[in-house]
Amino acid sequence: MFVTPGYAQETTAPALDEAHTVEDAAHGGGAFPPFDSSTFPSQLLWLAITFGLFYLFLKRVVLPRVGGILEVRRDRIAQDLDQAARMKSEADAAVAAYEQELAEARAKSNAIAQQARDKAKADADAERRTVEATLESKLAEAEARIASIKASAMKEVGAIAEQTAATIVQELVGAKVDKADVAAAVTAARK
Amino acid sequence: MANDPIHQFQIAKWIPIEIGGLDFSFTNSSAFMVATVAAAGAFLFLTTSSRGLVPSRLQSVSEMSYEFVASMLRDAAGSQGMKFFPFVFSLFMFVLVANLLGLFPYFFTVTSHIIVTFALALLVIGTVVVYGFMKHGLGFLKLFVPQGVPAVLAPLVVLIEVISFLSRPISLSVRLFANMLAGHITLKVFAGFVTSLSALGFVGVAGSILPLLMTVAITGLEVLVAFLQAYVFAVLTSMYINDAIHPGH
Repeated sequence: MFVTPGYAQETTAPALDEAHTVEDAAHGGGAFPPFDSSTFPSQLLWLAITFGLFYLFLKRVVLPRVGGILEVRRDRIAQDLDQAARMKSEADAAVAAYEQELAEARAKSNAIAQQARDKAKADADAERRTVEATLESKLAEAEARIASIKASAMKEVGAIAEQTAATIVQELVGAKVDKADVAAAVTAARK
Repeated sequence: MANDPIHQFQIAKWIPIEIGGLDFSFTNSSAFMVATVAAAGAFLFLTTSSRGLVPSRLQSVSEMSYEFVASMLRDAAGSQGMKFFPFVFSLFMFVLVANLLGLFPYFFTVTSHIIVTFALALLVIGTVVVYGFMKHGLGFLKLFVPQGVPAVLAPLVVLIEVISFLSRPISLSVRLFANMLAGHITLKVFAGFVTSLSALGFVGVAGSILPLLMTVAITGLEVLVAFLQAYVFAVLTSMYINDAIHPGH
């Protein structure tokens, strides 16, 4: 199944030789084509023509065009980068301004809140003080009334005691008792 | 004849022209020079015709080849070397497209003839020498005297430098020519195995698979070589141009 390269060579070798002789006969002299100097003038001439035209075409048309494309692109990219940098700095400035404003607003709101808190506290204090003052005055008034009621009650207690004592003595003894004696005795007892 | 690996290098006269006893016929080689130039020129011209700010695929191929050669030349010869850019770019594109076109079956490979590559190499060296003397006058000869060489050794070094300079066009042209020639012969020989083996019946057809695979692999390799040789040619051209611009090493 497997054919070695050696075998392959054997089979092709005669064919090659045959081909050589045919070619040699056809081309006379049979020099190896790249070393056949009779073809040199033609190759040199056509190389000069084609390569010369190619060089001129590239130099005049293609290379300036490609160079131009690349340059335009480079400029455009640089321009875009500049613009992006400028926009970024603008955005940064806007952010800074915003933050400053925010800080100011925050400070202001703190101040307002503090003020409101202080005012509310002062109001509450004042209210409490007035309420306390009224309460105290009412208390004093009430105490004064209690004292006066107590005093008058005490005064009447003397009279009632005298009258009761006189009545009790009259009932027990059955005789009239001098009012002054009873008063003296009541006063002595109350002391 | 179909199996002869040399047949593909034959020059066939298409339109015989003879001037002053010299043969300037329009041959298959001339036709493929025209085809090379036309294909490369048309590709570069048509793909860039829209001048797109955002390049299409083909336009970016043209731009890439431009920037590839431009950066190669700038690296080798500096920004002063850029005045030779059209020359180096033309050489690169010509050699590359000629090599690639030659890979098509039945196509002629322009660069497989030593006279063509030698003419291109002489053009390079001629440019270097003419520009070197124009720019630096006799100072261009400093190219052959490296700095810091002891006086005793100087004659020897100068001799070596001169020989190496003179061998440049030869090495430049033979490298390209030999690569193209050898690659195409190898390809043809392996492809020839396939046809001659498959004539042997079933066993031969089965056995021809191996050379067929080789042919495919070598074709891939030849595409690489086609590009590589064009690149090497252009790089060496850039370096020789650098010598013309800065001869004092």
